Amino acid sequence: MGRVGIIGVGQSAFVRGYPGSIRELAYEGFKEAMEDAQISNKDIDASIVCSAPEYDKQRSPAGVMAEYLGLTPQPTFYVESVCSSSSTGLKVAYSMIKAGLHDIVCVLGFQKMSEISSAESQERMGRGADIQWESPFGTMMPAYYAMYARAHMAKYGTTEEDLALIRIKAATYGQMNEKAVYGKPVTMEQIFDPERPPVATPLKVFDCCANADGSSCTIVASEEKAKALCEKPVWILGLGAASEAVNMAGRDLFTGLSVAIEAGKQAYEMAGVGPEDIDVAEVHDCFTIAEMMAYENLGFAKPGGGKELIGAKETYKEGKIPVNVDGGLLSKGHPIGATGGSQIRTVVLQLRGDGGPMQVKDPEIGLVHNIGGVGLYGNVTILGRS
Amino acid sequence: MAKGKKEVDDRFGKFGTVSFTSISKVNDFVDYLAQGKVMGTRCKQCGTMHFPPVADCAECLSSDVEWFEVTGTGKLVSFSTLTYGPVGFEDDLPYSIALLDYGDYKIFGRIAKDIPETELSIGMAMKTEPLTLPNSQLSYVFTKA
Repeated sequence: MGRVGIIGVGQSAFVRGYPGSIRELAYEGFKEAMEDAQISNKDIDASIVCSAPEYDKQRSPAGVMAEYLGLTPQPTFYVESVCSSSSTGLKVAYSMIKAGLHDIVCVLGFQKMSEISSAESQERMGRGADIQWESPFGTMMPAYYAMYARAHMAKYGTTEEDLALIRIKAATYGQMNEKAVYGKPVTMEQIFDPERPPVATPLKVFDCCANADGSSCTIVASEEKAKALCEKPVWILGLGAASEAVNMAGRDLFTGLSVAIEAGKQAYEMAGVGPEDIDVAEVHDCFTIAEMMAYENLGFAKPGGGKELIGAKETYKEGKIPVNVDGGLLSKGHPIGATGGSQIRTVVLQLRGDGGPMQVKDPEIGLVHNIGGVGLYGNVTILGRS
Repeated sequence: MAKGKKEVDDRFGKFGTVSFTSISKVNDFVDYLAQGKVMGTRCKQCGTMHFPPVADCAECLSSDVEWFEVTGTGKLVSFSTLTYGPVGFEDDLPYSIALLDYGDYKIFGRIAKDIPETELSIGMAMKTEPLTLPNSQLSYVFTKA
């Protein structure tokens, strides 16, 4: 059985308040990926549509997208793992191609978060936790990650300043990414502005990613098709996925995400590589602490060693292991269902040498770490140039 | 109640500031709270202690469970104080969510309102106590041991 490659990637600009409907938003990422792949919609054998459904009024969006994008009568269906939906979609596409069911599959991620208020969206996101036993206490995503931050600080001596360095790095690259929702620099003074109370101690406003509207698209193909259609296909070398107890009471680890450790282990093993082989990475920095834990969970640093890695700027573009050189979720924005596809796009562009001002030096192997919920679902994908 | 309609046991709707679930096989949990007891379930087949309580044991796929009372103290695993809350929780702000480790099980909940964050530290011993909320909903809080 041959390999599976990525022959086209695209994403919309990530914005606040997209001035159009969900199908029009999805079109933007799809069109860019189709132009990148230089194929027609008749070449696509199936589509997988990925989002978190609670933000949409449309029930079962896959059919609507397939119609609008000219992907009927080919099969289409919906995949959801909250914030990691489009990485799950990629895994499903890989499986369908590997099984010989289809040759070319389109993975489309989208989210239009702006139709509901920020408080409403926090409440919906909170309901990605255990609604029977946790939500009645008034939980929110930042507060859960804040509990991890507190535990990490207590065990390893990580400080709020260490986390701030991650936010400053994200803003450095957000300014270079024309598709980022937050294109401004961020300073230590802004982060520690006493006028801004913490969102959930010890996390402050700038420790949290920005909600955004956006879409992403990944065109996946069999080895035969990829070689025939694409000059620089990027190959899927490893796929790992895992789940964890929803309720914090069912967990044992609070200084890292068990799903990231497990999914990473699977992906490294499948690809036959280790953390030292990764030349560029996209990690799920929905909060600064999430990136800090990702360094350690993926083996870029030992447990507790993340602060030294960012302190020495080793995760900058010129460092030992560049991470989130597109601004990450913190600056680029986090439109739930579109996020994984956007991370995949960044790594594909990097491996092809098409990273523009964000390009790292000659990467061979890249990694995508995409988390759903508070470490509820974990997907790690390893991509390679050859 | 309309004629011919079955009575619905929706006691679970009484749990927490805002409940998102009203019907559960562990509805008795709410009655125990009203009696001043925080209860979990123990599987009678394999002995596993479950908190939050479950009607079905995933360890051995038995639904033969019995109630036990949460007693003694747990260690504070982590906590966070929220200054923004989701819709429906605005009047409670600020409040701290937390996790206690009792060894055989863990409990997720809130820290008692009268304990300032400066007096909290990871590893400290705390108790779980039932509480009636201002809106007459039932809950529990963590207090100093």
